[in-house]
Amino acid sequence: MALSKLSSSSSLSTNILKPLTNSFFLHRPISTDTTPLTIETSVPFTSHQCEAPSRSVETTPKELLSFFRQMATMRRMEIAADSLYKAKLVRGFCHLYDGQEAVAIGMEAGITKKDSIITAYRDHCTFLGRGGTLLEVFSELMGRKDGCSHGKGGSMHFYKKDSGFYGGHGIVGAQIPLGCGLAFAQKYSKDETVTFALYGDGAANQGQLFEALNIAALWDLPAILVCENNHYGMGTAEWRAAKSPSYYKRGDYVPGLKVDGMDALAVKQACKFAKEHALKNGPMILEMDTYRYHGHSMSDPGSTYRTRDEISGVRQERDPIERIRKLILAHDLATEKELKDIEKEVRKEVDDAIAKAKESPMPEPSELFTNVYVKGYGVEVFGADRKEVRSALP
Amino acid sequence: MAAIFLGVGAATALSPSNCFDSKKFQLSTRRSLSGRKPWFLVVRSDGSVNLGSNQRSRRTQQLITNAVATKADSAASTSASKQGHELLLFEALREGLEEEMDRDPHVCVMGEDVGHYGGSYKVTKGLADKYGDLRVLDTPIAENSFTGMGIGAAMTGLRPIVEGMNMGFLLLAFNQISNNCGMLHYTSGGQFTIPIVIRGPGGVGRQLGAEHSQRLESYFQSIPGIQMVACSTPYNAKGLMKAAIRSENPVILFEHVLLYNLKERIPDEEYICNLEEAEMVRPGEHVTILTYSRMRYHVMQAAKTLVNKGYDPEVIDIRSLKPFDLYTIGNSIKKTHRVLIVEECMRTGGIGASLTAAITENFHDYLDAPIVCLSSQDVPTPYAGTLEEWTVVQPAQIVTAVEQLCQ
Repeated sequence: MALSKLSSSSSLSTNILKPLTNSFFLHRPISTDTTPLTIETSVPFTSHQCEAPSRSVETTPKELLSFFRQMATMRRMEIAADSLYKAKLVRGFCHLYDGQEAVAIGMEAGITKKDSIITAYRDHCTFLGRGGTLLEVFSELMGRKDGCSHGKGGSMHFYKKDSGFYGGHGIVGAQIPLGCGLAFAQKYSKDETVTFALYGDGAANQGQLFEALNIAALWDLPAILVCENNHYGMGTAEWRAAKSPSYYKRGDYVPGLKVDGMDALAVKQACKFAKEHALKNGPMILEMDTYRYHGHSMSDPGSTYRTRDEISGVRQERDPIERIRKLILAHDLATEKELKDIEKEVRKEVDDAIAKAKESPMPEPSELFTNVYVKGYGVEVFGADRKEVRSALP
Repeated sequence: MAAIFLGVGAATALSPSNCFDSKKFQLSTRRSLSGRKPWFLVVRSDGSVNLGSNQRSRRTQQLITNAVATKADSAASTSASKQGHELLLFEALREGLEEEMDRDPHVCVMGEDVGHYGGSYKVTKGLADKYGDLRVLDTPIAENSFTGMGIGAAMTGLRPIVEGMNMGFLLLAFNQISNNCGMLHYTSGGQFTIPIVIRGPGGVGRQLGAEHSQRLESYFQSIPGIQMVACSTPYNAKGLMKAAIRSENPVILFEHVLLYNLKERIPDEEYICNLEEAEMVRPGEHVTILTYSRMRYHVMQAAKTLVNKGYDPEVIDIRSLKPFDLYTIGNSIKKTHRVLIVEECMRTGGIGASLTAAITENFHDYLDAPIVCLSSQDVPTPYAGTLEEWTVVQPAQIVTAVEQLCQ
């Protein structure tokens, strides 16, 4: 009797009663649930010259699901960019971030949009995390007008000034002094915000890093240098490039923290801790132990300097999205099917964005000369003689 | 480094007020140009010409925006202005800097020994005491990173002035200047402006050796997105400094080690110089001599000899090294039909080389003779005094060149 009643009512109002029929206890609607959960990070933090933060991270179901969704979007976006590159719609350089999504997501969760982030050329996902849209990403990759830099920057030059994303830089290591400059400006304006300057394990051997670190420590700038250690500087493994691979200790007098970069919650905890620290005590180094599945860029297969077993091993054991998925399922925050649905939605979003981006027009020829100088000196510029050379393209 | 005294030739010959009375100097600037707003010219490859007005002019309405000192307009009625005050070039730079720092709290200075030491050429002396350590920053010896920091700070809206103790040291920051400073406005689609000023002394000085006597204008000139200006007198030093700080574009201000102790009387009231305009130093009829920075004084010295010999050279201090003020230069060429370029850059790939190309492309029909470009020899600057003298252009060579050109 009870069973038939259940089944009849479920056919009338499936949405409300479906969870009831599926599981035999009450479910609160998951997307807005903010009851705090405490989850332990995968490994404890290792610290240098400071107290490591606690392993227990406060989070909420809403946050975990948003992590899942955003990371799935990023993963999907990078794979789509891969196919676009192979279809020759994206040219030049394309550095993909899949595998490292937890760093971008965890960082966003630990800070506000008023804090600044500056990174190197592997910036697609960081841009997305900062509030960029898929349409802007794909348009910029394809060199169209609707891109975030109007097609003039390309894969390595994504910027979003209104949400504090300062790029997007091609020259290895050059963004670190820029990041310390951002921190200087924040200190100058007394904003109580911080700057995260991201770089890779390859850039960690640049001199300008240590120069900037010295100045930042000297002037107590709220700068946090984040080394995204994916263990390979293009084709060179870290043990072949650095005498001391403990990048978090390289700051010497600057405190450092080593974080499991595949665990979004650990990253979140570390960034929160670093922000508090930087506002009081000056710069800090975070080392994110992470991994990239793709090669350095699209022209690098990624398997000449590392074994496929290694790549698949990491994918099986440490994949950031899988970790969040397991957490969500373990805490019964959503079902397998719901997560699969989210992934399907994400896939569709990405496909739609690509389709829309493909329709976006190429920039006008006159755009060649815009934004070389700030408007006010006229749009056309310029060599020394201010001539506009017009050549008819065949 | 101690300030270096100007000792080339007779000291009196090189004071800019020698060209005309200091009283007339002030009056002429006020009278002839008060109604003239700064403008720029775009010459298109198909020959059509566009004139436009600089949007900055609305901010500078009370100021004398144009600083072309001409001899001809000296017969003006007395204005109500005060007499002006005398100072040295480095003091003029400091005055400009101080006025801008007072005016805008976003302006800050960073460089080696600019703060407590007062600046190696005393340009920033006293500013650290007045504005504090956060606005006048002593950096460690790390040009690459503090230039990068200046650019990063400029991306957020601060207006830093980065001082290279010697321009040659900025070679270490070339990556930051070229890739970030010049290009960020473009690659970000206009999102970021970089209102930075990079300044410092360069040029061949008093036996400083090869590495400390570099002329970087030739290396920086092809970086897209930056503007370059060179100052030569206290008047234009202060004016260009102020204009550069107010400009939204990255500006590189080239000073010269030997010119820091030039004395001149400058107006008391506020003024700026247009970043893109050349200065007419001495109008004439026979030949156009284009020069900038220290070579201006060698040219003026040669001009005295030339006048005695019966020539009438027109001397223009181009001031704006990128972009060139082809309007002023063009008008002059159309008048005289002969051009001599005197510069301190190397012969290969220097400012003179670019200027020669620009003039030839634009004004070929007006030239009666090939353009002569006198530049420094393509050698590292030697230490020995006599050899050093011969690396740069000397007045005697200028006289000979003009005589040959005017045959």
